[in-house]
Parts: sequence; C-alpha cells; structure tokens
Amino acid sequence: MGKLLAVTLIVIAIGSAIPILAHIWVPPADISTHGYQIDEQMSDTMVEAGICFLAAQIILGVFIWVFSGRKPGAKLRTFPGGAKGLVGAAFILVGLEVIILGAFGKKAWATIYFTPPGADALPVQVQAGQFAFYFRYPGADGKFGPLHPDKINEANQNIFGLDVDHDPDSKDDIVTAEMGVPANKEIHLLMHAKDVGHSFYVRELRIQQDFVPGLDLSLHFTATKVGRYEIVCTQLCGLGHYNMKAYLNVMSEPDYEAWIKQQASMQ
Amino acid sequence: MHELSTHAANHAPPQSFLRKYVFSVDHKVIGKQYYGLGLLAVLIGMVLSWLMRIHLVWPNFAIPGLQWLSSAGAPGGVITPEYYLQLMTMHGTLMVFFVLTNVPFAGFGNYFLPIQIGAEDMAFPRFNMMSFWVTFVGFCVLVAAFFVGDGPPLSGWTAYAPLSAIPGSGPGQATGQTLWAISIATFCIGQLLGSLNFITTTLDLRTKGMTLMRMPLCTWAWFITSCIGLLAFAVLLPACILLILDRVAGTSFFVPSNLVVSDQLVNLSGGSPLLWQHLFWFFGHPEVYIAILPAAGIVSHILVNSYRRPLLSHKAIIYCMMAIGFLSYMVWGHHMFLSGMNPFSALVFSFPTLVITIPATILVLIWIGSLYGANLQINSASLFALGFISMFVSGGVSGFFLAQPSIDVYLHGTYFVVGHFHMVMGVAAIFGMFAGTYFWAPKMFGRMMNETWGKIHFWGTFVGTYCIFMPFHYLGMIGNVRRYSAFVDDYLQVPQPVSLLGLHFSVSPIEVHEFISIAALFTGAVQLIFVYNLIYSRFKGTPAPENPWQGTSLEWATSSPPPWDNFGGRLPVVYHDPYQYGIEGASGDFVMQNSSEHIQTVREDKKVI
Repeated sequence: MGKLLAVTLIVIAIGSAIPILAHIWVPPADISTHGYQIDEQMSDTMVEAGICFLAAQIILGVFIWVFSGRKPGAKLRTFPGGAKGLVGAAFILVGLEVIILGAFGKKAWATIYFTPPGADALPVQVQAGQFAFYFRYPGADGKFGPLHPDKINEANQNIFGLDVDHDPDSKDDIVTAEMGVPANKEIHLLMHAKDVGHSFYVRELRIQQDFVPGLDLSLHFTATKVGRYEIVCTQLCGLGHYNMKAYLNVMSEPDYEAWIKQQASMQ
Repeated sequence: MHELSTHAANHAPPQSFLRKYVFSVDHKVIGKQYYGLGLLAVLIGMVLSWLMRIHLVWPNFAIPGLQWLSSAGAPGGVITPEYYLQLMTMHGTLMVFFVLTNVPFAGFGNYFLPIQIGAEDMAFPRFNMMSFWVTFVGFCVLVAAFFVGDGPPLSGWTAYAPLSAIPGSGPGQATGQTLWAISIATFCIGQLLGSLNFITTTLDLRTKGMTLMRMPLCTWAWFITSCIGLLAFAVLLPACILLILDRVAGTSFFVPSNLVVSDQLVNLSGGSPLLWQHLFWFFGHPEVYIAILPAAGIVSHILVNSYRRPLLSHKAIIYCMMAIGFLSYMVWGHHMFLSGMNPFSALVFSFPTLVITIPATILVLIWIGSLYGANLQINSASLFALGFISMFVSGGVSGFFLAQPSIDVYLHGTYFVVGHFHMVMGVAAIFGMFAGTYFWAPKMFGRMMNETWGKIHFWGTFVGTYCIFMPFHYLGMIGNVRRYSAFVDDYLQVPQPVSLLGLHFSVSPIEVHEFISIAALFTGAVQLIFVYNLIYSRFKGTPAPENPWQGTSLEWATSSPPPWDNFGGRLPVVYHDPYQYGIEGASGDFVMQNSSEHIQTVREDKKVI
C-alpha cells in the first residue's frame, strides 16, 4: 500500500501542475499600465512555489516507496546532514525566497498605492451600496457637489444624496450606472460605501479595493485597451452580493466625450 | 511537582450515571465529549457544504425536506441566494470553531495531555467540565439560529461589520446574527478556561522524570496552542461583546456615521468597521494555528511511531511550533491588505507572513527527511499522517501568493483563497484528526478500529479532497469570486479552449464547478464509512491490547481504556526521551518512557554528525 501511496502522490503532484504548465487557467489579458508587474510577480511566485510543491510531493512519494515495506529489522539510516542540514537549507532557501519575493513584490504594490495620482487625472466617484455601483462625474465645473446621506432616495433617483437646489457644484454632476473612461488616461477613483462593506474588482485592470463604510478611499489606474469589462463586488455584502456588478466601458477619447455628453443630457 | 497530582486518588470514582458520563470531571470523559460534539458539528457542517455545492451547480434542484428547515430560505426545497449565504456562514462557523478547534485541541488534548505527562487529571477538573458545557451551550445557541425568525446570519464566519452590526442589513441579520455573536462569545469563555487548564496542567502536574523536553510532540503542540488560545480568545471575547452591545444596546463601536440602509439613515455614529476587522483577525489568524498546530503535533507523534525511529530533531519541531505561535500574532493584517488600512502596513504584515514559511518548511523537511532510512509501517493512522504532510505542503505553497500584497490585489476574494485555507487549515487539520482517531481509538474506547474500512476511508478522502480543492486554485487564477450564490459573471459562461498533449477540447468554469460538486458529494459520502467504522468498532471491534502500536509514550503504559485515575493510583516514573525507537543496544525495537531499562542515549546534537 505504501507503493500505491507513493505513485498516487506523484500522479497528484504532476496532475495538479499540468493545468498550470498548459496555461489553461490564466488571468485575462491585462489592460492596465501597472498590471504587468503583478503578472510578473505572480509568474515568478508560481515558479518558486511550483518547484517547492513538486519537489516536496515527489520526494515524499519516493521516500514512501523506498522505505515502506522494508524487511523487519532493516537497518535504520539517517538522512545525510541530519536535522542541521535541513534547518540550514530551509533558512537559506526560504529566506532567500522571502527576501526576493518581498523586495520585488514591494515595487508593484508601491506603484498602485504609494504614488499619488497625476494632477490631470480624471476624477470619478464611485458609491457602492446594496447591491449596485453608481458613478459620479464632476461635470463641466470639475467640482463634485457635497453629499447629504439623509437625502439619499433611490425611488427618486437621488442615489448619492445630492441637493441640486442648494449646492451649485452639484448641478452639473453626472450620475451613471456604468463607468465610462477614456483609454490611456489616468483615472482617480474616489470610493465610498453607502451602507455596508463592498469591494471594487476588475480582473483585467488588476485592481481590487474594499469599500469601508465611513472611510473615503481612493485608487488610480490607467486603462489601455478599449472594451467592456465587468466590475464585481468581492466583499460579502448581503443577499444580492453575487449579482452586484457594473461595467467598465473603456473608450477612445472622442467616444468618451460623446458618451459623457449624452449622459449629461440624461440627468 | 508530581506530588500535587495525587488529588484524583483522594476521592472515590464517581458512581452515578450523571456524574460518570454527563457532568463528569474526568478529563477522559470530557475529551470524548469534545470529540463527540466535534463529530456532530462536522457532520452538520459537511451536509451544509453538500447543500451549498448542490445549489451552486444545480440551482433549481429541490432538496427533499429542506423546506421543513426553512420555508422562506428553501421554498419547495430550492435554496434561495440568501439562504445559500446563511448556510455558508453556518458551515464556516461550525467548522472553524466547533470542529477544527474542538477536536484536535480540546478533544484529543483533554484526553491525552494529562496521560502523556503522567498526571491523574487536569489541574482544574471542575473548570474543565465547565469549559465543555459552556462550549456545548455555545453550540446549541449557534444551531438555534436555524430555527428562529429568518434563520442564521448571512455575514460569513468573519461577520464583518457593519453588515453584522445592523439588524436590518439582510435576512438572518436580526436574531440570527445576535445568536451567532452570543454563541461565539460563549465559545471563547470555554476555550479560555480550557487553555488555562492545559497550561497549568502541563507546567505543574508532570510526573517524576517528565522534563519539558521529554514531553511528546503532541503534548508540546497542545501546550503551545493553549498559550496561543489564551491570547487569541481573550481578544475575540470582548470583540463579540462589543458586537452584541452594538446590536442590542444601541452602542456604535463598529458602525460609522451616515450609513443608509434600505433608504433609511441609520441612527448610529462614530464607530469603525476596521476596528472589528482588526479585533477579529487578531484572533482569526492565530486561530488558523490553533487548528493546525495540534494536528501537526498529533501527526508528528504518529509519524515517529510509524517510522520506528526518532525524528531527526525533537527540539527543532518544538522550536518551530513556538516560532509559528509567536509569529502568528504579527500577521493578522494580511487578511486586510485591501481593507483600506494604511498601505505601508501591508508591507509590514507581508514580511512576517512570508517569514512564517521558514519554521513551517523546517517542519515539513524534518517530517520528510526523517522518513529517509526508516522502517515505515503503513496503517490507517500513518496513511492519514502522510496525507497530512501532502495537504500541508499543497495548502502552504499557495500561501506564498497570498502573502504578497501585490498578488493579493488580484487573488483576494477569489476561490484561490478558498482552496488555500481549506487545504492548509481545513483538510490538513482534519487529516490530523483522522490520524489521531485511528491511532488513539484503541486507547479511548478499548477496541481496535477496522483497518480495511480505515484504508478505504483514507483513499476516498485523500483523492477526493484533492479533486475538490485543487481546482479551486485554478478558478481563483481566472478571478472567480467566492461567496457568490450563483455564477452570473459573463466570463464564467465562456468555455476555455484547451490544447493538451495533442487533444483539443474546451472546459467552462461552470463545468469545473460541477466536477467539484460531484467530488464533494463523493468525498462526503466516504466519511460515512468512517462514522460507521467508529460506531461499529466502538461496540464490536477487537478488544485492544495495552500497547497496540508498540508506542513509547505514557498513554501506552496503562490499560485500554485507562482507569478513571489513569494509572491505577501508581504514577509512572519517566526515564527516557519520548521516542526511543530503533535504539541500538536496546532489548527491543522500542523503549517506553517509563521503562527502567538502561540504554545508551545519544545526545541529539551529536547524533547527526
């Protein structure tokens, strides 16, 4: 039975690696300016983790094959180098891995979170609520009007709680259910939640960020490829969580101008 | 301090049924009670996972009888999206708290820790009884959530605020969520009492000759785990109390100002949802090690026995478990990389998370390295112990990805995470439980378990769990989001073209989910073999000898099952390190800890040169 376990382990190890090596399940093509760093980091990690995984499972399998079912009283042997060698190897190899992954991984994280958005970035506000995302554009004046949560009323289409009668900045604000952005232009996303925790996830953009009620968070990114992409919620938010999604519509500059004008006329 | 431990002999063994089997102060009875409660919880949890997997891939399938449990949640037996989340919350809560914490730690620990150190009972037997019955109350309160109002909560086992703090935020978030919080707070009290007891017993009640380094590895694991538990549950308890106050007393620890739920402005202000996340994960990450360390200890204990040789290093395992326990308190923020906390802190939390792989790797290398040149004995217990190593590695390597904040940006909240934690803390810890059961059932029940059924159970479980949890990683790689009660995302409907070894075909992610569901139903069914084996062997199994596995530690130095005071009034005296297997010059293949045979012990650090 030991030999069967050995074979099973090796088959499982190699079988698990095949879909990875065959690139069957891979992230969708990246459409952001920062995403390549995440992708590189992920494939580096895949190589390192993959080697650890295969080596450990296969060596375990081989040892089980060799050392199970030996004749009773067979002489015991000790692994060359003993515990000291293994502890040393773990410290050096894993330590190196930690330092390398840590150092390189920092760069990708830093581009997303430590660099402020450029001065000409296009501000878009996103509000997450049970169970929809809504987006707000500042309009011609470039200013967002203040929010009044007590005025939020979905039945009257006052999603954000704007007071257009008293706040001049709110008058030309554009509220949409779809997020239109021009390609190759930096977007400064201003995030807040209306009710409970949510999350903003666009696979192709390599962006994911929680909405935390009570906190105003922001993100910035540049989408490079025209197309329609799903924005989904990844933070458990209640019964309609699975259905909470919107679309990110990346357009060429003229298409975007036409789109935003059309949205403005519909307010 | 062994003279303290004579207290059990000072009073007569209990006579009445109630004192003997129900409100017993005997650690062995309490250990079995914890084990039984864990078994009940794991069966419920498993059925819940079946219901979830059925709903995910066959959403319109009517499950016969489910409408009687909840007519609103499952009208006509068809699970609604909200009921899916409620089942999911209960699955997670039952499994993490009442199975992974209860069985490897509280169950086996209670039964075997006092015996392995040569004590007659725990240091505080009444506290011990109380800890179980408090836990039992917690369990009843949790399960009661199925039968109240609109059912159990839907906020997941992590109960993120403000979803968990505002009663109007969804079905089950009223009475159900309050019951959940009361249940977990109660559970914490039970664990705190248990942890105190374990620590005191280990430090004070060791028999003559039982130095700390002569304790078996599982005893060490329980001791280290109780130290972790004492700190972790001491944080979760107040967190749950604050949550209960938010819900019933009008406070606002976790609810910020200006929230609008269902078009109603919530009349609370000033709280912080991140505070809940910090408190919860400060408990939550150590909890992972509370689940896995006892399993690692049990597995080490069983591996030495089936290798018939000492591990390459006894001390290295102990120090690594300590290091893991210590580091487990510095990594909670890796659950919160994307939560909006200061992005600099993500890097701070990422580093110890990566570093914790060093002691974990040393454990694995010693388990595998010690197999070299050993005389491996294959039986149900050792199969599960070897399976544990495989699962621990598979679940561990995916941690490399999630430990890095930049990769977590893509993988957070996907099935990759589900695959990772199920393998490393769920399945691995459960493999430790199974290994422990096959190994110790003869001692606990006085009868051997059936080996043939045990091996069938192992093969079904081992292959089955890989079929369930490995594909989760692939789904996570394409960004499949977890906690969705239906897969409505566009890309999930699209078949992926596959070219493999000259074959061309296509697989859609939904088909992968179908495969997982079938594997889950199969693997769950295999567990019924285990239940049958356990119950059948309990009554009809071959009577167990005192030392069926030719073990060396003190639990094998007393009858099976042990008398109520463990050693019949004569405490053993310990002369040796715990694992004297295959010692040259000894009279047999092994030397028991309490054997006065003189053997030439080689110092550990000299042995390897």
